[in-house]
Amino acid sequence: MSSIKAAAISSRTFKTRLQFYLRHGDRPWQVLLISTSVLVLVLMIAIGWLLWQQSADTRAGFGWNFLLPTQTANWDPVNSNFDSWPFIYGTLLTSLVAILIAVPTSIGVAVFLAELCPDWLRASLGVLVELLAAIPSVVYGLWGIFVFLPIIITPLGDIMENSLGKAPLLQYFFAGPIPISGASRLAAALILAIMIIPTISAVTRDVLMAIPRGQREASMALGATQWETISKVLIPYGLSGILGAAILGLGRALGETMAVTMVIGNSIEGTLSLLRPGYTMSSIIANEFAEAVTKLHSQALIEVGLILFIMTLLLNVIARFLVWRVARRTPQEARA
Amino acid sequence: MNNAQTPHISRVINPRNGYRRRMTTNFFMKVLALLLTLAALVPLFWIIGYVFVKGSPFINLSFFTQLPKPLGISGGGVLHAIEGTVLLTILAALFSIPIGLLVAFYAAYNPNTLLGTAVRFGTDVLAGVPSIIIGIFCYALIVKPQGHYSALAGGVALAILMLPTIIRTTEEMIRLVPQSLREASLALGASDWKTTIKVMFPAALSGIVTGFLLALARASGETAPLLFTALGNDRFEIGRMVQSGAQNGQSILTIIYNILQQPVDSLPLTLYKYTQQPFPERVAQSWAIALVLMSFVLLTNLLARVYVNYRTTHK
Repeated sequence: MSSIKAAAISSRTFKTRLQFYLRHGDRPWQVLLISTSVLVLVLMIAIGWLLWQQSADTRAGFGWNFLLPTQTANWDPVNSNFDSWPFIYGTLLTSLVAILIAVPTSIGVAVFLAELCPDWLRASLGVLVELLAAIPSVVYGLWGIFVFLPIIITPLGDIMENSLGKAPLLQYFFAGPIPISGASRLAAALILAIMIIPTISAVTRDVLMAIPRGQREASMALGATQWETISKVLIPYGLSGILGAAILGLGRALGETMAVTMVIGNSIEGTLSLLRPGYTMSSIIANEFAEAVTKLHSQALIEVGLILFIMTLLLNVIARFLVWRVARRTPQEARA
Repeated sequence: MNNAQTPHISRVINPRNGYRRRMTTNFFMKVLALLLTLAALVPLFWIIGYVFVKGSPFINLSFFTQLPKPLGISGGGVLHAIEGTVLLTILAALFSIPIGLLVAFYAAYNPNTLLGTAVRFGTDVLAGVPSIIIGIFCYALIVKPQGHYSALAGGVALAILMLPTIIRTTEEMIRLVPQSLREASLALGASDWKTTIKVMFPAALSGIVTGFLLALARASGETAPLLFTALGNDRFEIGRMVQSGAQNGQSILTIIYNILQQPVDSLPLTLYKYTQQPFPERVAQSWAIALVLMSFVLLTNLLARVYVNYRTTHK
C-alpha cells in the first residue's frame, strides 16, 4: 500500500520536475528558435567559405594576376589561362552607367510620388512603380533582345559612335561599331538602369515621406518655393538614406544575371568600349559554369563568383551602415 | 540718412526679388519630376503590352497539357516546365517557411541581443547576395557531392532566395502586433511557445501571408540559381513517373524521392533556353511562356499589395 503511494508521489514529482526543467516547453522552444537563427548565420558564412574553398587551385595558381588587367583579355579554358579583368570591368562599367542614369531618374520619381503627386494617385502610382521591380528578369531579357535593342540601342549606339566616338579621350569608351543586333555593354547598362529604378525610387520615396512635416512647413513659411524646399531642405535631410538606396540599387545591378546575359552579347574582347559586346561577372558564370569541363575552368568561374560575392557584401555593409545611421539619427532630432 | 551709401531697404529684402525666376524654376522642376515618373513607367506598359500581343496567340490548351514537340514541328506545350515550376516552388516553400518563421520570431522578440542583431544583419546581407552565387553555392553543396543535378538542389536554392523576404516581413508583422496581447497571454500563465503559436502568429497571419506571396512570386520568376542546380529536363512528367512507380510496386516515398532526384525544368529556365535557340517556333513559344510567367507574378504582387492597402486603410 505504502509502496504504491510512494511510487505515485515519485512519478508525480518526476513529471513536475520534468515540466519545471523544460519550463512547460519553453526551453525546447527557445533552443529551437536559437538554433534556427544560428543556422541562418551559418548559411551566410557557409556561402563565403564554400566559394573560398572551391576556388583554392586558381587562387594558388594565379594569385593576384587573376584580377589585374593585362594587355590581352586572356580567358582560355583549353589552355587553362584565366584573367578575370574583362568581366570585372564589364560589371563595373555597366553598373556604373546604370547607376548614373537610374539615380537622377529615381530621385525625380520619388520626389513626384512623395511631394507632388495628388493623394488619390499616390497609392496606385506607387504600386505601378513597384510592379516594375516584380517583372522576372528573363522577361526583361526577352523584351530586350527583340524590342529594346533593335529599336533603341542600335540607333543610339550609332549616334554615340559618330559624336562621342570622335572626341579625344572618350573615343576609347565609345569606339564602334555597335553590332546590328544591338547586343552590347550599352544595352546591358540601359536594361540594368530600367531594372533598378523601381528599387531606388521606392526606398527614396520612403526616405522622403519619413521626413517630419515641420521641415517642409518651416521652409515654406520662410517663403521658399516647393522646389527650393525639396532641393535645399528635404534632399539634404534625407541624403544618407538616398545614398543607401543608390547603393542597394548598385548591389542589385552588380548581381543581376539573366537580363544582362541575354543582351550583353557575351564575347571576350580586350576593348574598353561601351558600344561593344562583352561579359559581366555574373553572365560569364551563367554562360560557362554548366559546361565547364576542366577542374581549373570551374574553379576559375567560382573565383569570379567569390569576387562578386565580396563586392556585393561590402556594398551591403556600407548601405546598411548608412540606413542605420539615418534610423538612429531621426528620433533624436525629432525630440530636439 | 545717406542714400548714396546704403541701398534702399526695399532692394535688400524685397520679397519680389527674383520671384519670377524662382517660380519658373519651380514650375519646370515639377514638370521634370512628372516627366521622369512617366518615363520610368514607359517600360512597364511597353513590356506588358508587347508580351501580351506576341504571347496570347500561342496560349491554348495544348500549351498547358503537352510536352514540347521535336524541333521543327509546331505545336506542343510546356507541361514539363509548369510541373517543374510548381514542384520547385512547393519545395522552396516547404524549406523556407518553417525556418523563416522561427528566425523571424527570434529576431522580433530579441531585437537587441547579440544574436538578434547578427540575425537581422545576416538576413539583410543574404538579401543582397546575387542569385547566381546562391546557384553556385547549391551546386557545390548538393549537386557536386551527389553527382547529378536535381529538383532538390533547385528547391534549396530557391528556398535560400526566399528566406530573407520571409524573415523580414514576418518580423515586421510580429512587431506590429500590440505588445499587450503577448503580455496578457503570458500573464494568464500561458507558456511562451503557446503564446507565440496561438496569439502572436494568428494576429500577424495576414501580413505573413502577404510577405510569403511576394517571396513566392520572386522565386517563381528566378532563373539564375536554377541554371546549374535544376539544370532543365524537357521530358519531365510527374504523372508518368507516378504511374510507372505504382506499376513497379514502389512505395509513395520512393516515388517522391525519385522525382526529387530528377533534374527539372521551370518556366523561366525554359524561356531562357528557347531564346538561345535559332528556331522561330521556339521563340514564339517563349513569348507565350513570358506571358504566363508575367501574369502569375504580376497578379500575385497586385493581390498582395492591394490586400495590404485594404488592411491598412480599413482597420
